[in-house]
Amino acid sequence: MTGGPVLELEGISKRFGALLANDGVTLSLKKGEVLALLGENGAGKTTLMNILFGHYAADAGSVRVMGRALPPGRPQAAIAAGVGMVHQHFTLAGNLTVLENIVIGSESLWKVGMNRDGAIRKIEDLSRQFGLPVDPMARVGDLSVGERQRVEILKALYREARILILDEPTAVLARPEAEQLFRILKGMAKGGLSILFISHKLHEVMGASDRVVVLRQGRVVAERVTAETTPAELAELMVGRAVARPRREAHAAGAPVVVAKALRVSQGGGMALDGVDFEVRAGEILGIVGVSGNGQAMLGRVLSGLARPDGGSLTFEGRDIARMTPRQAVRMGIGRVPEDRHAEGVVGDLAVWENAVLERLRDYARFGFVKRRAAMAHAASLIARFDIRGAGPATRTRALSGGNMQKLILGRNLAAGPRFLLANQPTRGLDEGAIAAVHRELLQARAEGAAILLISEDLDEAVGLADRLQAIVKGKLSAPIAAEAADARKLGLMMAGVWGTADAH
Amino acid sequence: MRIERREEVSVAVLILAPFGAVLGALVLCAGLIAMAGVSPWVAYGEMLRGAFGSRLAVTETLTRASPLILTGLAAAVAFRARLWNIGGEGQFYMGALAAAALGHSAVVGLPLPAAWAVIAGGAMAAGAVLLLIPALLRLRFGVDEVVTTLLLNFVALLFVGLMVEGVLKDPMAFGWPQSVPVAAGLRLPDLVPRSRLHVGLVLAVVVAGILWLVQARTVFGAETRAAGLNPGAAAFAGVPITATLAKVAILSGGLAGLAGAIEVLGPVGYVTTTMSPGFGYAGIVVAMLAALHPAGVVAASVFVATVFVGADAMSRATGVPSFIADVIMAVALLAMLVALLFATYRVRT
Repeated sequence: MTGGPVLELEGISKRFGALLANDGVTLSLKKGEVLALLGENGAGKTTLMNILFGHYAADAGSVRVMGRALPPGRPQAAIAAGVGMVHQHFTLAGNLTVLENIVIGSESLWKVGMNRDGAIRKIEDLSRQFGLPVDPMARVGDLSVGERQRVEILKALYREARILILDEPTAVLARPEAEQLFRILKGMAKGGLSILFISHKLHEVMGASDRVVVLRQGRVVAERVTAETTPAELAELMVGRAVARPRREAHAAGAPVVVAKALRVSQGGGMALDGVDFEVRAGEILGIVGVSGNGQAMLGRVLSGLARPDGGSLTFEGRDIARMTPRQAVRMGIGRVPEDRHAEGVVGDLAVWENAVLERLRDYARFGFVKRRAAMAHAASLIARFDIRGAGPATRTRALSGGNMQKLILGRNLAAGPRFLLANQPTRGLDEGAIAAVHRELLQARAEGAAILLISEDLDEAVGLADRLQAIVKGKLSAPIAAEAADARKLGLMMAGVWGTADAH
Repeated sequence: MRIERREEVSVAVLILAPFGAVLGALVLCAGLIAMAGVSPWVAYGEMLRGAFGSRLAVTETLTRASPLILTGLAAAVAFRARLWNIGGEGQFYMGALAAAALGHSAVVGLPLPAAWAVIAGGAMAAGAVLLLIPALLRLRFGVDEVVTTLLLNFVALLFVGLMVEGVLKDPMAFGWPQSVPVAAGLRLPDLVPRSRLHVGLVLAVVVAGILWLVQARTVFGAETRAAGLNPGAAAFAGVPITATLAKVAILSGGLAGLAGAIEVLGPVGYVTTTMSPGFGYAGIVVAMLAALHPAGVVAASVFVATVFVGADAMSRATGVPSFIADVIMAVALLAMLVALLFATYRVRT
């Protein structure tokens, strides 16, 4: 199916201050091909795409579409040449309809009124042709994340894009949505479009692409035909050394630490958690798997002290914690890793040391004054112990990469030796190297006897780390199964809400 | 062309920004002065002479700066926690009213320091209540405090009008709408003899110092900053958001109320509905020019006072309307916002 090159990048270099984000990058995309651009966070993928699309001007090198050079720094020229871009963070207006979002920018500002019926017909044709069902008259604010992404893709197609660039398209999607997206993309490629997607997830690249270009530290380090490579080889090329996620050692669990019985929490009229039972024992990791939006967020909020259950019981070492505050949780020895690092984990504009002690400021204070020296020393010890790179105690936390930010959050929890740790999506958005580091820390805490509740959408992670697994579906939990008994089919059924009584305990 | 956030905001740029903003405002307003038919050099010269040209001028400028430091601190404290208190003017008047009501006779029997403490406490409470209402409305129901605090200024002013025409009206004032005066023995002592400058200036500067210490070094300061910068993360880490913002509201409203008290106990002696030449609103300009830093507030207050006092003198000498002072303030505020934008963001082409 693949033909000649439709898009060629040649010798692209771009420097930001001291950082060489792209260094002589050359790659080409053929007609009808799905090309994956693989690289860790910070490898220069997004910079490259922004140059290609004209958001940045390259310091050197050229971009050619269908053999014609694109003028640098002109997104309009890229659009006119048939390049469509779907950003990681959508650029849609929530209070406008799908139709309006798609048409905006492609209509002349000076035209009075627009050809609504024609536009609707064109959108519907494109929806049908590419299998992207969406109601043109729906308000974008009411759509799910997956639907919004379809709108972004339709927006590009509406402007006659022949080359589609997707920046980390699955970062915001749950797994089934992601799989559906890749099916659609493959269909598009068969239909003659050329697709370039950016990812740091190996299984996506292996499953969806025809060819892979691996970027590391701004340079193309390898190019492979997907069918002729392995995830292990790609991982090594991407990180630059062999990385392996640590393995869980067999280890006997102790007494139950956190026990929930018939826990119920209502939210917006419905039940976010509906009669949930689980127990987490000392020295064990209990994994909660499931498609996002099934009550994981509420479970995390309750265990963090941010939401109060309406019924049932929740105890920590026999004490009722259903009505605890975050501060009490920290005092009692409950560690919490929030779902969203940026929104809840750290205050980006505060210094690393301030975030390191934010949960226990009063322990680092005398007469209401913060003991800065002690707090800084504590931050320095976290940085050393948890290998937080690119930071000193006084660095602004915003400057840290996602992985190092997560190490800081984990570190401030683990340094206190928690007897229970909530790890909510602890590796979401992290690259392979950082994932392995986070996993090592979690397993180390387990070995030291902490009870850990792991909430994860990543099945490989859950099966690799957890001793026992429970699936969460529409606010209900399945009975636990041992990780050894978990296979893809069984987990798939559990996550679909099909669980038999035979699996209990 | 696009605008990107800078990774690191340099301290030097933050310190230079207000000077650039002030310079920009003076240059832009020079055009307006020229349009009024006066050489900007002459006008600005007269302005400087009016503000600093004599012992009296200097004391007048500093007298004007004293309440401005407190209203500026009130705005800075609130803005730091992202509580948009635009109601400094109303809180100032409530504080002034409380000071006059208490100082007329209620505390006369007390020893002087205790009497002052009661008056200051009452004035701060009056200002704090006026801000606490909109702050709680926002925390409970999400009501925009920019609107409520702004509108409460007019409510407060009308309330003051009601009082000085009614129960607090001075029967000895020949029918003028002014409140009963504070007892003569309670007036703040002069700092410089034969001037209006009083020890309120010292108090304001000391308060600025204390506030700097509180913000930079205490648990309360750290929690306030965290709550202002990222309420979600602060709440997750155990900072009680509602209580923290309520404390900030009490502090901010209290400072503006205290400004009203020192104005009544200092140069004025009673309350009228025209006693404030916009101290509350100018406090917002002061806070922004100071980049919300307490030390900056003191400096910015002196600058703003210079412009206002100097503009009156300039107006008398050259005929340029003294409204130019308001224009300079407004342009300086806008220029400061632009300068802050460029300090935290950069433009890429």
